[in-house]
Amino acid sequence: MYRTDMYEGILAETVTINGANGDMINAYMARPLGAGPFSAMVLVHHMPGWDEWYREATFKFANHGYVTLTPNLYFRAGHGTPEDVAAKVRGEGGIPDDQAVGDLAGAMIFLRGLPYGTGKVGIFGTCSGGRHAYLAACRVPGFDAIVDCWGGNVVMTPEQLDTKRPVSPLDYTKDLSCPILGLFGNEDKNPTPEQVDQHEAELKKHNKSYEFHRYEGAGHGFFYYQYPAYRQAQAMDGWQKVFAFLEKVLP
Amino acid sequence: MCTMIVEKINVEGSGKGSGGWIKLDQANVSYDHPFNAPFEHALNIDFVNESLGPSARVAVELSEQAARELVRTILAVLDRAEAGGHLERISADSQVNCATQNE
Repeated sequence: MYRTDMYEGILAETVTINGANGDMINAYMARPLGAGPFSAMVLVHHMPGWDEWYREATFKFANHGYVTLTPNLYFRAGHGTPEDVAAKVRGEGGIPDDQAVGDLAGAMIFLRGLPYGTGKVGIFGTCSGGRHAYLAACRVPGFDAIVDCWGGNVVMTPEQLDTKRPVSPLDYTKDLSCPILGLFGNEDKNPTPEQVDQHEAELKKHNKSYEFHRYEGAGHGFFYYQYPAYRQAQAMDGWQKVFAFLEKVLP
Repeated sequence: MCTMIVEKINVEGSGKGSGGWIKLDQANVSYDHPFNAPFEHALNIDFVNESLGPSARVAVELSEQAARELVRTILAVLDRAEAGGHLERISADSQVNCATQNE
């Protein structure tokens, strides 16, 4: 908890990391100044891209004491404004799951190699980023906590599967090796409350450590102050739950 | 959450983006999250020129109702133009492209 008589400093900058297939991609990193040790977080951006909200979120997590890295999962689509790059990816039907998981594994390995870490690395994502975070936390050993904010398409029907998304993330649940916090809006259409029920049932079935919170009066993306979906009270409570969870599982 | 519902078509024409006019070669039509329109999902059309990079884009984000009305209006205008004998011949290249997309 910040006190007014504390010294505080944060370094935030763009770095490069090795992602899927050894590809070099860029990432935004923010870290508290000092010797640490600090726990670390990987943030997974949403479909609208590696945008300002995610750079601010990176800074926010650093402000709460985490070395935080947000890889640009759309690096391979070329460069321009985040919107233009994200529109290109949207036009291509998104990115392959394997590529996203490889990039997030690279981010985790990068963080583990830093000299001021506690050795603990969590992962946080919203929207498609929540889904990608879930996939990574299930498929890549080494994550110590996951925060899934309204990740849709975690529950997929066989008809929804394609070459980029060949497996429903729900099917990897048995491999999840860390506690999960999930935040969802009850008015969301993807995931619907029924899909969140299915997700919860699967976690329960495999005896996973989970904490789900569902908000009335909120739909999809209720943290995003730049969109009409923003819900102030639910967002403030959600952020409190995120940092309380991380304090518990990622000290 | 992203629907990932998208269709691509080849197009011929020009669009005016932030950097001025560009030659268009593709339109990406999606029903997914918009960047600016105040909806969770919108009918998005990105007119692009792939060879010029992600910034070569002319974008619209429409409500479902607006998109359907636009489609009806475009067809109505083309029907009137056809009835009046105003339609220009489509080039052989674009006919080939359209056929490929429809397969």
